[in-house]
Amino acid sequence: MTPVQVYLPIADLPVNIFVVFAMGIAVGFISGMFGIGGGFLMTPLLIFLGISPAVAVATVSSHIAASSFSGAITYWRRKALDLSLAAMLLIGGIAGTAAGVWLFTYLRALGQLDLTISLSYVLLLGSVGGLMVAEGVRAIIRSRHGKPVELRRPGSHTWFHGLPFKLRFKQSRIYVSSIPVVAIGFIMGFIGAIMGIGGGFLLVPMLIYFLRVPTNVVIGTSMVLTLVTMATATVLHSVTNHLVDVILALILMVGGVMGAQFGARAGQKMRGERLRLMLGVLVLAVGVRFAVDLVLTPDDFYSIRQLERAQ
Amino acid sequence: MRRPLAILGAALTLVATAAPAAAERLVSSLSSHRVLITPSFTGTELVLFGTVERDAASVPRRGSYDIVATVSGPRETLVVRRKERMIGIWANADSRTFVEVPSYLAVLSTRPAEEIAPIDVLRRLQIGLRRTLLPQRIGPDTADVVRDDPFRNAFLRLKLSHDLYVDAPNAVTFLTPILFRASIPLPAGAPIGNYEVDLKLFADSALIARGGDAFEIVKFGFEQFVAGAALNHGLLYGLATALMALLTGWLASVVFRRD
Repeated sequence: MTPVQVYLPIADLPVNIFVVFAMGIAVGFISGMFGIGGGFLMTPLLIFLGISPAVAVATVSSHIAASSFSGAITYWRRKALDLSLAAMLLIGGIAGTAAGVWLFTYLRALGQLDLTISLSYVLLLGSVGGLMVAEGVRAIIRSRHGKPVELRRPGSHTWFHGLPFKLRFKQSRIYVSSIPVVAIGFIMGFIGAIMGIGGGFLLVPMLIYFLRVPTNVVIGTSMVLTLVTMATATVLHSVTNHLVDVILALILMVGGVMGAQFGARAGQKMRGERLRLMLGVLVLAVGVRFAVDLVLTPDDFYSIRQLERAQ
Repeated sequence: MRRPLAILGAALTLVATAAPAAAERLVSSLSSHRVLITPSFTGTELVLFGTVERDAASVPRRGSYDIVATVSGPRETLVVRRKERMIGIWANADSRTFVEVPSYLAVLSTRPAEEIAPIDVLRRLQIGLRRTLLPQRIGPDTADVVRDDPFRNAFLRLKLSHDLYVDAPNAVTFLTPILFRASIPLPAGAPIGNYEVDLKLFADSALIARGGDAFEIVKFGFEQFVAGAALNHGLLYGLATALMALLTGWLASVVFRRD
């Protein structure tokens, strides 16, 4: 059987439809299992396939919007999300996305976009993955010794609990200043637009550790934020850089939402701390992969990029 | 007293250029003048065919004819970057901009160009990838540099590796002493736009006739619609894509609903 090739109109290259579809399912499975968007895996995979980093980042944002919407609906049915907290995060999230897309456009013109994407992956995934692995190993050792796994340490206040503009979020049963909430939203939107990730793997721990959001609402809430920032990023990337490939996006999102369903079922059978350790290893591995590429002597010192074409 | 000499010179050049035209003529065509990029496009080949027309004025030739076909795609400006190690990591450092160079360039001939005509003729006519003018932007000026410039070599090497530049010294074949054919390979990544085919006929190491043709590569149907929409109606395109994402997500949650 000949592989079925599809010509991508924006990426300007033909790809095997089954390979892309399988990638969508595989990443969808992982995203469903861990309750994340999976952008940090999908973007590197697309780059590996030969799609330019810029098109990959822009297109993956729509793929994440689809998978997080399907996830958010599920959590909405279970009433497992905090809409008022999500709305507060979104104020920062949308501003952050706009700032991220602007910087993306600027770096692209400067010729340093690919390096920035690689460096961001190394720094962010390396550090977050490392922390997650360390935390996961500690949690497993603790449970081996028969001690209960502590996630939420009640009563321990950090410095930003003294900040003004305090708001009460009923669903999450927390009373915190809106400044760190908006700031977290901004950071997520910003790095999401530049790196092509929803940032669920980053947002969930941030909400748990910094804002003390209870675990039962944290994933649903993070999905609402991811959904809106990634949908916004899709529109903004389309308007400014014209780099969103709708055909590629469609193949990915159909595979992604299907894989996510099976992943979610597989994830429910596993223990939380083991799941977090696995996710940490995965995040760390992607970060290391980018680091190796940056440090190893490249096969080709030269690269070529088109600036303008006479039509 | 230079004028009569100049006129004589001009007349001589006129005779020199007009003379071959009377001797032989190139007649050629392509299997298609329009290449359509459809969703299943994975590259294609165009067939160039033609004949050498002789008339009563044609002098008998000692050797056989040679053809050099140069196919060049729409011009584009490119930047070639070189990675260098900076604080342990490899990052783009130095760069050169190539201005208005062919995005696609294929040199097809009956024999290696060096065997067809003397080097100075080849150089003047810009025959062959190595002898094609590739102007770089150097400060405020644009100029071509020495031929073993590392950036120029890297540019050619990268273009060749993407099959966008083609060097095929045996691609033109004579089926009869006057009838020839060649196939022009167009990769999937060949940019859309107008392509020119320039034909040169050589005999006894001299250029005796020229011919030409053209074709275009266009995005067709759905591909054209999508690419056009993305470029010209970015906001609508983005909103439609985002809406599509929401629809897919919603459908999935309905289809796979378990409660």
